[in-house]
Amino acid sequence: MPERRPRNASDPASAQVTGEASGAGDGGTVSPARVVDGWFTVDPPRLIGTRCTACGTVCFPPQTLTCRNPACENDELVEERLSNRGRIWSYADARYRPPPPYVSGEEFEPYAVAAVELPSERLVVLGQVVRGVGVDDLHVGMEVELVVEHLDPGHVVWKWRPLAGEGGAPPAGAGPGRSDHRQDGA
Amino acid sequence: MSADVAVLGAGMHPWGKWGRDFVEYGLAAARAALRDAGLAWTDIQFVAGADTIRSGYPGFVAGATFAQALGWSGARVSSCYAACASGAQAMNIARAQILAGLADVALVVGAEAAPKGFFTPVGGDRPDDPDWLRFRLLGATNPIYFALYARRRMALHGATRDDFAAVKIKNARHGLHNPNARYRKEVTAADVAASPVVADPLRLLDICATSDGGAAVVLSSLDFARRNGAGTPVRIPAISTVTPTFPNTVLEMPNFATDSSVAVEPPARPFRAAIAAAAYEEAGLGPEDLSLAEVYDLSTALELDWYEDIGLCEPGEAERLLRDGVTSLGGRVPVNPSGGLASFGEAIPAQAIAQVCELTWQLRGQAGERQVMGARAGIAVNQGLFGHGSAIIAVT
Repeated sequence: MPERRPRNASDPASAQVTGEASGAGDGGTVSPARVVDGWFTVDPPRLIGTRCTACGTVCFPPQTLTCRNPACENDELVEERLSNRGRIWSYADARYRPPPPYVSGEEFEPYAVAAVELPSERLVVLGQVVRGVGVDDLHVGMEVELVVEHLDPGHVVWKWRPLAGEGGAPPAGAGPGRSDHRQDGA
Repeated sequence: MSADVAVLGAGMHPWGKWGRDFVEYGLAAARAALRDAGLAWTDIQFVAGADTIRSGYPGFVAGATFAQALGWSGARVSSCYAACASGAQAMNIARAQILAGLADVALVVGAEAAPKGFFTPVGGDRPDDPDWLRFRLLGATNPIYFALYARRRMALHGATRDDFAAVKIKNARHGLHNPNARYRKEVTAADVAASPVVADPLRLLDICATSDGGAAVVLSSLDFARRNGAGTPVRIPAISTVTPTFPNTVLEMPNFATDSSVAVEPPARPFRAAIAAAAYEEAGLGPEDLSLAEVYDLSTALELDWYEDIGLCEPGEAERLLRDGVTSLGGRVPVNPSGGLASFGEAIPAQAIAQVCELTWQLRGQAGERQVMGARAGIAVNQGLFGHGSAIIAVT
């Protein structure tokens, strides 16, 4: 019976969301916790996926059960660091405070989100865009790189950052920053 | 043996934010559908409920909840949840019972009492649930995904915010005379432009609301329809509820990533197009045969994607179709003559059933001021979370 988790997983518990800020960091110093374990590394910032040892299919988030290719019955999946650069497939932003479990403080801070195509893995991955970069600074096809940044005061998460020279203008203000969210967006 | 089932009755509880229990909406819709069919509840042999996940246990066993509300009658029952396609799956379960000869006549009911604001994941800490994780890790609400598709359309096909607004203006005009619509008011381009941006490039008026509502249909075998005096009923020759084909390379709610296509090339038809294609094949007709379409306009931009997915035009031509008035009432193939989600807002388990109510009324010539003249065939399509979608074809 094959082992039911990716080999070489560096984290003790795969795909578990951490609790409140524990101060657990990668480098021994006190730093915010990763908001989810086993999905990304902090230094260097890389997404962790899995690759099927039989057909080569890559998955993100990492899979623990079996290959997602219906023509492949292989259960042996190895951990793989995904490319840290890709091109924007599309992007959007959030002008209203999302509901929990998203954590936001008194002052809601709008943020942009980008779906980024990783050419060698041939998949598209979502992520927030780093603070200070709004939709006016982005365009489809723009090259971005993966970084790790605060999500909320207690946690870090992976984010996308435009590469230098990609026309990333200075922060243009990500929006009106309303904190009410009474609209009925489905 | 025919693979068609008859639609004997259609009924709805008006959409709105009524603040009452979902059972009340379902009951009203069920009674309206039964009246429309000229049948008593006790004539029904099979009841199929489309579940809601927002009203606790009664919502998870919606079929039984509605059956009890109507009065236990000994009818056989099913309940199912399939996100936005819940109503379609409930109709498909009823259809299968009828086509298998296990039941002659069935009632299908879906109803929702929607919360205010963004749809949220099921409560509690749910770190194994992608729907919970997308909110926790990314703040990726549904409008964020809609906005990603809209922006992609702008980049790929040159769609503009004005095109998106034109969809809203059209659907608002269509919904004006629909007594079951929640919003019955003309909308102007200035109204859309004045509404706040929710998820750039989409504004509040580009995004459908969440609504309360209930819808029901009575389905039967063609023999049963004939025996009950329905000479030429509206018929359903196809219900497609296909899943995506790997690798699904379009980012979908609530996922963090697409499938990878390193090992297998993407399918010729993306998911939404595949949903519709399966229905066309099952019905033995094509987009050129359509008199009208009800498509799932979660956003204005998404309606344009659907034009291409259901084969009304080639990719990139949806804006032209819209601008030429082809999809407006009076055009060659009106889309969302009901007013669509733009005029209704979404009542998840009721919505796919409501789409079939509209097809039924249109095909019977009972749609009043929103009537599509000479309607002979229509399609209703939708897509929801976790690989769900449906396409239903109705003909007369």
